[in-house]
Amino acid sequence: MMDLVFSTAITFVGQATSITTFDSYALSVVVKIAFALGLFFVVPLIGGYLEHKVMGRMQARRGPVEAGPFGTLQLVADGIKFIQKEDVIPRAADKWVFAAAPGVALVPGMLIFLVLPIGPGVFALDLELGLFYALAISSVSVLGIMMGGWASANKFALLGGLRAGGQLIAYELPLILAAIAVAVQAGTLSLVGIVEAQATFTLPGTTINVWYLFPQFLGFAIFFLAAMAELSRPPFDMPIADSELVFGYMTEYTGIKFAMYLLTEYGGMIVMSALMVVLYLGGWQLLPGVPLPGCEGTGGLFDCDPMGTLLGVVITIGKIMALVFLMVWARVAYPRLREDQLQRFAWLALIPLALLNLALVGVAKVVF
Amino acid sequence: MATTSPPGVGLAKGLAVTIKHLFRYPSTQMYPKQRPDLPPRTRGVIALMDENCTVCMLCARECPDWCIYIDSHKETVPPAKEGGRARTRNVLDRFAIDFSLCMYCGICVEVCPFDALWWSPEFEYAEFQIDDLLHEKERLREWMDTVPPPPMLEEGAVPPAEAADAIAKKEKELEAEAAKQAEVTAPPAEAAAAPAEAKPRTADVKVEGAGEIDQETYDRLIAEGKSERIARSKAKSAWVRKQKEKLAAEQEAATAEERGGDEAAAAKPKAAEVHVEAGEIDQETYDQLIAEGKSERMARAKAKAAYVRKQRAKLAADAEAGAEDGGSEAGGGAPEASTPAEPADADEPKPKPADVHVEGAGEIDQETYDQLIAEGKSERIARSKAKAAWVRKQKQKLIDEGGDA
Repeated sequence: MMDLVFSTAITFVGQATSITTFDSYALSVVVKIAFALGLFFVVPLIGGYLEHKVMGRMQARRGPVEAGPFGTLQLVADGIKFIQKEDVIPRAADKWVFAAAPGVALVPGMLIFLVLPIGPGVFALDLELGLFYALAISSVSVLGIMMGGWASANKFALLGGLRAGGQLIAYELPLILAAIAVAVQAGTLSLVGIVEAQATFTLPGTTINVWYLFPQFLGFAIFFLAAMAELSRPPFDMPIADSELVFGYMTEYTGIKFAMYLLTEYGGMIVMSALMVVLYLGGWQLLPGVPLPGCEGTGGLFDCDPMGTLLGVVITIGKIMALVFLMVWARVAYPRLREDQLQRFAWLALIPLALLNLALVGVAKVVF
Repeated sequence: MATTSPPGVGLAKGLAVTIKHLFRYPSTQMYPKQRPDLPPRTRGVIALMDENCTVCMLCARECPDWCIYIDSHKETVPPAKEGGRARTRNVLDRFAIDFSLCMYCGICVEVCPFDALWWSPEFEYAEFQIDDLLHEKERLREWMDTVPPPPMLEEGAVPPAEAADAIAKKEKELEAEAAKQAEVTAPPAEAAAAPAEAKPRTADVKVEGAGEIDQETYDRLIAEGKSERIARSKAKSAWVRKQKEKLAAEQEAATAEERGGDEAAAAKPKAAEVHVEAGEIDQETYDQLIAEGKSERMARAKAKAAYVRKQRAKLAADAEAGAEDGGSEAGGGAPEASTPAEPADADEPKPKPADVHVEGAGEIDQETYDQLIAEGKSERIARSKAKAAWVRKQKQKLIDEGGDA
């Protein structure tokens, strides 16, 4: 036990690789899994609390105030309530598929946290194909949603599942095309590598360091909108559409299974925001060109002491929450789109723009 | 076709609206921790003034939910006079409202011809057993203590018929008495002067405004957070009131002047030759004409003429009086001044408690409250009774102050 604490303390300092990697393979595996699970269960709660409070204030309410100090434990209380609820499975439902669907939707969300870098060295794995892995895994979630829609034996759930299938496929394309443009500019698929590439990227002919948000603002806008649609967040929540489809593919779900779907949505918000932070907002860099205190390495963002590491994590979480705030803001401000408007927007606006963006970035990459 | 704006402007507007609300204070009232901020005439619960109930059954019949239960029996009342006819009257045995059925439409309160049913703003009477929501006569009577007084009539509104009749009757009595007293104390020749000398009542003075408002009142009401409309109408009536007071004061001054002038007039009895100094005008006429919206020049000219007229009439009257008295004394100033006209106006009818309007913002009478708590009454009952006691005391205070003034 003391060994573990000691070795953890040592690996915090001056390690270019992940802080979750140890000499013992078994220990590394355990720590990495615990790290990803911890992120998955804690950060979405912060995002959810932010959403509750911001939505409340924007609607002239207070949001949660009773559970815990300033209502911070509201989502924990909700989770306990969901666990206590009766787990109903409709008689006509396809039992095994019905029971497995929330898990199929949830697990990919968990797996993406394995590659998300949220600070200098604070990540479980730095895969060479990190971006590819994240996008590939995230598209598995749609399977869980379509399984739930089909297995519920409910027309609302079926319609919701169909809409979700159509929507997720339609918005997967602009999302991936926008991400490819970043990979082209950075020259790597590794998420840590993209952060490093941003820290060294300067405007052609100058020494001014900028994030990819600046040259690829179009790509950022496309990625943001497509991410909101991927998550079925209002104003793109046609698969759920509570005024038309009861609750879409979640109509028949209760208790812990329902909670798993909700957790998928909140976890997805964090994942997509974290990807945007890494791809466009410079990761854990405070401002473009500003090195992190206590850090060395490329752009002053790597090989950090514990304080620098902590600061990097705080900066990343802060940026993620700012993006979550933007999503909540859009949710409060805008009404739901119609199904045909949604499809038209994806195929006739976002995908051509994403292709244009990719072409421009490719040309620019060759020219400069 | 609706006007079109560049794409994205509408989207930005939407975001602006929501972000503005983010920094506004939420309108939530933290109810169980703080008392809610209710308007005074909130429809919380229906109260019964059972003395007023004549068992006419209108409420029970009009109730859409049929949630009012009434039982009664008839009693024979012996004749009031010897040889009269015995009468029967209804006696209320049971009056209950089932608040588990009631939908708070208020039709029963509207329809009651004898003001037996009232709205009370109290609302905290939830129960664990649905049967306990059936409030019997005694419970409904207890709510009566929490009913706020009826709202004040608007300034210048026609008073209720019964109140107006009572006031008119009292005034007539007082006038008759004053006239009698004047006859007794004053010599017959001066009898006519007595009523004229009585301080003009504000009601007798007619003032007509052309939309003028009393700026002071207006500013104060706006500062109190009243709506612009309310403030304007109240300020208008305040202006009329002030004008009336001013006119009344001027009339009094004028009569006093007349009295003073009498002595001088008696010294030079030539009635026909009155020389009016330039600029001397009849203030009353002037003000009235200005109030009627006449131009300043017109008002001044007419007021001058009125002043001359009045002076002539006065001198003529003095001359006549002086002739009768033989001109030996310097006019009848002294006896006139002593004419006791005060009782007529000092005894303005005292306001009845019902006429006084007091609206509390939840203040309670601490003494009553403590006493009821000590008697073992529930906190709610004690609070509501203490509230009512506070209103009663405020009313009494207002009446006392009014009497002194």
